[in-house]
Amino acid sequence: MESLNERLMSALQQVSGYIYPNEIELHWSLLIVIYPFITGLVAGAFILASLEKVFNVKELTPTYRFALLTALSFLFVAPLPLLAHLGHPLRSYEIFFTPNLSSAMAAFGFVYAWYLMAVLLLEVWFEFRKDLILWAREERGLIKWIHRALALFSTDVSEEAVRFDEKAAKIITVIGIPSAFLLHGYVGFIFGSIKANPWWSSVLIPIVFLASAIVSGIALVLILYTIVTLLRSEKIDMKCLDRLVEFLFYAVIIDFSLEVLDFIHRLYQSEDSIKILSQMVCNKLFVSLVIMQVLLGTVLPAIFLVFFRYSRFPEELRRLAYFISALLIEMGIFCTRWNVVIGGQLFSKSFRGLTVFKVEITGFEGILMSLALLALPFIILFVVLKILPPWRISSLPVDKN
Amino acid sequence: MKISENLSRREFMTRILDFAKKALIALPFVSGFGAVKAFTGGAFLKTAEAKELVAYDPSQHLYAMGVYIDRCIGCGMCARACKKENNVPQEPFYFRTWVERYQILKEDKTIVDSPNGGIDGFPETTNKADVLRSFFVPKLCNQCKNPPCVQVCPVGATYKTKDGVILIDDKYCIGCRYCIQACPYGARYLNPVTKTADKCTFCYHRVVKGMKPACVEVCPTQARVFGDLKSESSPMVRLERMNKIRVLKPDLNTEPKVYYVDLDGEVS
Ligand code: SF4
Ligand code: SF4
Repeated sequence: MESLNERLMSALQQVSGYIYPNEIELHWSLLIVIYPFITGLVAGAFILASLEKVFNVKELTPTYRFALLTALSFLFVAPLPLLAHLGHPLRSYEIFFTPNLSSAMAAFGFVYAWYLMAVLLLEVWFEFRKDLILWAREERGLIKWIHRALALFSTDVSEEAVRFDEKAAKIITVIGIPSAFLLHGYVGFIFGSIKANPWWSSVLIPIVFLASAIVSGIALVLILYTIVTLLRSEKIDMKCLDRLVEFLFYAVIIDFSLEVLDFIHRLYQSEDSIKILSQMVCNKLFVSLVIMQVLLGTVLPAIFLVFFRYSRFPEELRRLAYFISALLIEMGIFCTRWNVVIGGQLFSKSFRGLTVFKVEITGFEGILMSLALLALPFIILFVVLKILPPWRISSLPVDKN
Repeated sequence: MKISENLSRREFMTRILDFAKKALIALPFVSGFGAVKAFTGGAFLKTAEAKELVAYDPSQHLYAMGVYIDRCIGCGMCARACKKENNVPQEPFYFRTWVERYQILKEDKTIVDSPNGGIDGFPETTNKADVLRSFFVPKLCNQCKNPPCVQVCPVGATYKTKDGVILIDDKYCIGCRYCIQACPYGARYLNPVTKTADKCTFCYHRVVKGMKPACVEVCPTQARVFGDLKSESSPMVRLERMNKIRVLKPDLNTEPKVYYVDLDGEVS
């Protein structure tokens, strides 16, 4: 494994123009790319789930619970990349105990805790409570106890109690939507509030982050729903999929328009950083931004989505096209995060030069670690789906009052 | 350098946030930790030295540095002395202070470099005949009056002292590097040994004893001067009175306390 010094030495050789000597080390690497990517998926999946609940989009019912559990699984992993990248992870609790309230990052702990405890866990609990009790009634052994414990040993499944659950879940969703906006808008703010960095400093960044979060969340649920349904050898609900694709398309259009707006605004304002930023986009970010994010990750799948949504191709083919488009979109959003986080560090704050970023393979901030962190939510989701199968309907009726 | 006496927007925000912070700290459990931190966090100096300093009252001082651009010969003594004095890793990626060379060419082009922070001097890289003018610029943490690094530190490990110096508590820093991103001047680095953020402290351990920072001490041409803005006899006050001065990136409203005399418009 290359040592830090060797890595920095070879980076030093590849600097073009002038950068401040302390800028040779890139401070936020792959892990910090993954962090907004994962929180974006959480917020997006949750907002999708809320559509069904709050706005009564009936076609989306098959994905409602599924989206909730997806959001939950990814939320568990969201703080890990942040934690892993700290120089002193064992001191991280200080963020809770002595937060510096003028720091955007200090709010992370609170926003996260609120979202996990007050929103997602509660909503999942109210959503599944009735089923947990009913499942436990017809089960035996360990799983019975797991389900009983998860229901917090409540046993009331009277019509009245179930109605209360439904109402509670709805209220939490209503609180949850602004919370999801907060969660991810806030992640955008961490970057947007850095005035020293013209690539980040923008009021639009939190909004762009949100829009892209919604895109990534819907695409993820579409991908997972397709895979899981096929694995269960069930029939995919095409109406649901079509509706998902419509929402995905709208979200992509909004997201893309915002990004273009931001881009035009920068060009038009043409501040002193514009020269170095355009050099960066044309050289260092050309592949990841122009080709992967814009062409392959946005334009192409958007065309695909519309074309196949309104064509008369057989279902199988449409499904495949949707699936591939969603994968491309997901890749595009990952590139968006990459371009923001890494791009923001490739140019010098002296605006006189560009540096390079070399991804490590092994090591704490390397590719392997990142892949592991990206795989983890899927493993968690697998376990969660085993314990809380969203499609399982109990054969027992609820108790009559 | 009172650029604006009025309540600036930032100050206004700071006050509001301050108020909110105090309200929060009123919670007994937070205040418990706050008190512990105030007690231990401030312990920047060893106990033996502490006695000596009982008389030192930070609120009576306000430190600043001045740089006479025309005096700097780019010898790099300051950067070398700094590394020694402050245990800065020797590798060429970590600097509390460094020297930049600007060469403005006749064909409307500017070349800037700082090989190893200027510690080993500057080898000739261009044909002298092509150079319109050339000069050196020593750089360091500007000890900003409105420091973005302090604003963003999530745990308050980076803080501002009463005498105007920005310090980092390395027992407290979690190594998130947010401050490094927020500093517009590239003044910070992450110390690879302690895994905490680090930067120039104006040699705080020296100045509280009435000594000069190491870089100022060794500069053979007295291009760097250091002093107390609150003391009439300080060389800083003289510098401010006698010269046209500029600070770096004034548009960012950081209000630096490193003042440059005869700074060229090219410098960024
Ligand atoms: S120069 Fe940078 S590190 Fe120093 S006080 Fe200003 S923002 Fe902070
Ligand atoms: S690296 Fe340390 S000093 Fe800098 S913002 Fe993070 S905790 Fe604060």
